[in-house]
Amino acid sequence: MTTASIDTFEPVSPAPSRLEIFRQVILARPATLFAAIVILIFVLIALLAPWLAPYNPLAQSFLKINKPPSAANWLGTDQFGRDVLSRMIYGSRNSLILGLLSPALAAVVGTTLGVVAGYFGGIVDRVISRIVDLLISFPELLLAIIIAAALGGGFWNIVVVISAAFVPGFARVARAQTMAVRQEPYVEAAVAVGVSTPVIILRHIIPNIAAPIVVLMTLWTASAIRLEASLSFLGIGTQPPNPSWGNIIRDGLNNLFGSPWPVIGAGFAITCVVLAFNVFGDAVRDILDPETAQ
Amino acid sequence: MNAQASTRPAPVAEPLIRAEGLSKVFSSKTGLGFGGKRADVRAVDTVSLEVARGETLAVVGESGCGKSTLGRLMLRLIEPSAGKVLYDGEDLTQLSPRGMRAMRRHVQMIFQDPYGSLSPRRSVADIIAEPMGVFGIGSSARERREMVADLLTQVGLPPRYMDRYPRQFSGGQRQRIGIARAIALGPSFIVADEPVSALDVSVQAQVINLMQDLQQKRGLSYLFIAHDLAVVRHIADRVAVMYLGRIVEMGPKDAIYRTPHHPYTQALLSAAPEPDPDRPSRRIILQGDVPSPTNMPSGCAFSSRCPLAQDICRQERPPLRDELPGHQVACHFARPNPIPV
Repeated sequence: MTTASIDTFEPVSPAPSRLEIFRQVILARPATLFAAIVILIFVLIALLAPWLAPYNPLAQSFLKINKPPSAANWLGTDQFGRDVLSRMIYGSRNSLILGLLSPALAAVVGTTLGVVAGYFGGIVDRVISRIVDLLISFPELLLAIIIAAALGGGFWNIVVVISAAFVPGFARVARAQTMAVRQEPYVEAAVAVGVSTPVIILRHIIPNIAAPIVVLMTLWTASAIRLEASLSFLGIGTQPPNPSWGNIIRDGLNNLFGSPWPVIGAGFAITCVVLAFNVFGDAVRDILDPETAQ
Repeated sequence: MNAQASTRPAPVAEPLIRAEGLSKVFSSKTGLGFGGKRADVRAVDTVSLEVARGETLAVVGESGCGKSTLGRLMLRLIEPSAGKVLYDGEDLTQLSPRGMRAMRRHVQMIFQDPYGSLSPRRSVADIIAEPMGVFGIGSSARERREMVADLLTQVGLPPRYMDRYPRQFSGGQRQRIGIARAIALGPSFIVADEPVSALDVSVQAQVINLMQDLQQKRGLSYLFIAHDLAVVRHIADRVAVMYLGRIVEMGPKDAIYRTPHHPYTQALLSAAPEPDPDRPSRRIILQGDVPSPTNMPSGCAFSSRCPLAQDICRQERPPLRDELPGHQVACHFARPNPIPV
């Protein structure tokens, strides 16, 4: 009996590679390219803040309180005579780091909870799901305010607050995806060859649910920046005198009609970054998950 | 079971694997949680069977009769509700999770779906080497690659493609990859769950031949789950016919195909296409539908559709008993070709 007689030996041509899809999605769409450039510029500003900022963002001067824009202070000064442009440049650090760190942290915690619930099911699933339902029933901002009120301000507390607000969303997505992937025959095949449960989760479940999680992360980066600004605006985010876009707006409101430039500048920066991350997030989804995009 | 085995003229020696009274009940609640009715489905109902070394036992039956569930119970991929599975005298259902994982070296599975059963994100070499990693076979990555190459050659695939991904292969080629994974650990017993039903007819024969070839070389025992009677006739030594979770007839292949004793077996065989157009079709058309598995008829499960059914069939469930040596039938009116045509 010859087993070598085979239908066709030549494997079919490979599907388009990630790089090709990347090229199509990023370069072929002007909006995505523009968003990527905007994000890059803001990241560079945050990284190079000490060299870019014309003044110390905390330096006060009674001689130039609430000045309109001038050659010396491009966006004017605030009620303590601090240079608004310098504060915005330094404030981008808080906003961007929080915007990137919080969704990442929330993704780790939320995905862990969701995968455990989705894989093991039963009572574990019921307990985790009810907690997630409880958290998700609060609006994000309200949840963040509650936790912030309990913990107080400060950089790491804000990271925790914003992450906590996002954890339920990640947990839900991870749980639903895990329940779907768990039914795949290749997971049963892994059980059949004796692979242990932790290895199955790490090797066969996580890689196959990663795409929607990463997409959610990029989209919620925008939300995190917005949420940080909202909390700072409400006075429970980044604490003065440290600058953040949110508390620049808050400070600027005191003199909105005298000098609107701090509010306009910081508002414009938030809008740009949030918009850029949203557009970029859509592109990431198209790269990682071409099927749902088309 | 034992009493029956002693009266039989021992067509087989000590069985390699044996199921005793294996049952699986799936329960689901209908309604919104409160006051909902529980619906129990007996997917597999007190099934006993055995497979000898080097033997192929085929399990046939229509969709939903519980044959795939039976295959998974044999490998404890799902937990049985009752009964036991003895592999070489050891009860698989009593093993700890760790002990069961160790046992998986000896009992393996070939899956129905050659597309879904291979992870799309892992290369062929990764997929086939995964069980080796679990059991610490092969001391180095290089050694494992050589073993993968050897396995690919054995299933008739060129080893040079081991770094490609499943999506780059055809259905038949993928099924060969699945077979290579199943034999990677050198198992004795393999459950093949409709291994060729997803393939083109021309490719089916190649995969079946490969399975028979491997069986001869390695002395494998197969539990071959199928609904295609022509395929079963080609590969099986013995055949078990299932209807609604129970085995209604089991015996040597020739006995089942030539002189079926159960009316359901006879009807099932008559439904197979007749290759010769000049021969008159003698198809037996069953009346009625398959009963809902949540609401089984009392007595014989087949009584609601059986042309021979009498009152006793609706009241008393016929046991599976030996009609001829090695040929068991569960019917009150068992005899060769019971339905007159």
